[in-house]
Amino acid sequence: MSTFVKQLTYHKHEHEPDSAALTLEGIVVAYHDAVNGRVTALDNLNFTVQTGERIAVVGPNGAGKSTLFNLIVGTLKPTDGRVHIFGHGPDGHICIAYVPQRNNIDWQFPVTVEDVVMMGRVGRIGLFKWPRKQDWAMVRHSLERVNASHLAKRQIGGLSGGQQQRVFIARALAQEAELLLLDEPLTGLDKPSQDSLFDILDALQAEGVTALVATHDLNTAVERFDKVMLLNREIVAYGAGQSVLTPQNLQHAYGGHVHLINSEDTMMALADTCCGGRE
Amino acid sequence: MMTWFTDPLQFDFIMRAMAAAVIVGVICSVLGVYVVLRGMAFLGDALAHTILPGVVIAFLIGWPLAVGALIFGVLTAVGIGVLTDRGDLKEDTAIGVIFAGFFALGVALLSASGNYTLDLAHFLFGNLLGVSTSDLWMISVLGGIVLLTILLFYKEFLVISFDMILAATLRLPVTFLRYLLLILIAITIVASLQVVGIALMLAMFVTPAAAASLLTRRLPTMMLVSALIGIFSGITGVYASFYWNIASGPAVVLVATAVFILTFLLAPGRGVVWRYSK
Repeated sequence: MSTFVKQLTYHKHEHEPDSAALTLEGIVVAYHDAVNGRVTALDNLNFTVQTGERIAVVGPNGAGKSTLFNLIVGTLKPTDGRVHIFGHGPDGHICIAYVPQRNNIDWQFPVTVEDVVMMGRVGRIGLFKWPRKQDWAMVRHSLERVNASHLAKRQIGGLSGGQQQRVFIARALAQEAELLLLDEPLTGLDKPSQDSLFDILDALQAEGVTALVATHDLNTAVERFDKVMLLNREIVAYGAGQSVLTPQNLQHAYGGHVHLINSEDTMMALADTCCGGRE
Repeated sequence: MMTWFTDPLQFDFIMRAMAAAVIVGVICSVLGVYVVLRGMAFLGDALAHTILPGVVIAFLIGWPLAVGALIFGVLTAVGIGVLTDRGDLKEDTAIGVIFAGFFALGVALLSASGNYTLDLAHFLFGNLLGVSTSDLWMISVLGGIVLLTILLFYKEFLVISFDMILAATLRLPVTFLRYLLLILIAITIVASLQVVGIALMLAMFVTPAAAASLLTRRLPTMMLVSALIGIFSGITGVYASFYWNIASGPAVVLVATAVFILTFLLAPGRGVVWRYSK
């Protein structure tokens, strides 16, 4: 981690030295539905993500990717099992940043790019205080790192898809996040925008930032991530991409009717379960 | 021409009405920015109605109206929470049930007590020209509390309005902030009761902020423009009320609505006329 970031880093929880970035033990998420009775959204999840790893999370819609992210963020409590982040439960951490799917953001909202990035600082500025000089410096620095300095004064509605994604990563940088969750950041981005996104993720990884990325793009998952997690309510397979995304595993995760679409530079998995999920 | 503007100002009751309309115009319009951005219009309208039983009870037993209103404002918020908590009812359904039930209770209480029609009309549509000096004090104090709270929690309210998950990852006290916003709305409704009344309260929250949203691209400027529209509507409404004998609440709201329509048509870059002429 750069010394600049380190100087300003502050945790409500001191991170345990040598502990993994993320450990899930025996996680079950179940809820009662008026129509279906007891529904298990996630079942018996056990896995560890080491600090600095970049993980692709793939699986059909409704596989529980969003549920998993909500668990890690701490907005959802597991029915059973435990989540550890740098050795503690998620509650005390402000080092987790969530980059939402782009269609979950109100792009008409009256804020500029630098306003959005400054929101990442709110947890550190504290109640009843206004942004200080070092907070604005952090915002400028974060925008520089994602090559978006020239967009600072723009209203967020006027940005392209790739720019929108970069601005939200800048917000995570301003938050001084060490665990980054990105919810389908590649969807709708052209190849150059995807490449520049991975350039940023590479730079972050070099500083020890851990990232979990939900995606539907299986080729990218294999090529650009340390590990792939294939999820469908339970972990179907987890490990190096080539060993995880085998035809058998994909059949298992996506059901009987998986269609693998190979185009020039992407492989997408489409299945009948698509769009029937709860995500 | 000048005397047309200055004549009404000789009267103390007009000056008090102007002052009340300006203060209420500012607080409703500034808080209304959050109501519009967070999509709370229906909830705001409901709160304006559900506080009626609280106001009536306080009025009958001689307590400050604000106290009764706050109690029922909080009861509304908690009631909606309880009804939707189990996931069996949607939020707008829960709001609708409580909205109608509490409002009926308020009207029933009022009807059982003496001067029904006159009081009901004042609660429903306001009585701007009847603002007393002590009313003006109450409006000022409540308005000051609302604006100060918005200033203190500005960045937190911004985050919960824009991105709830970010608010959670930053470990902001989200539930507290949401209730605080509801309480501010309840306080503002009490302060505005005499100016616009319950039935038209929603217009003061939504209309200036909606017009401002078409003219601005940042939250602070949106609040400022919304407040200016609120002030203009208040003052113009009092003149209209004085010269043409229109009920003051509707007069204020009609001015705000006219400003909105003009903005919708003419706003630079986003107005209807602008788009057609391109």
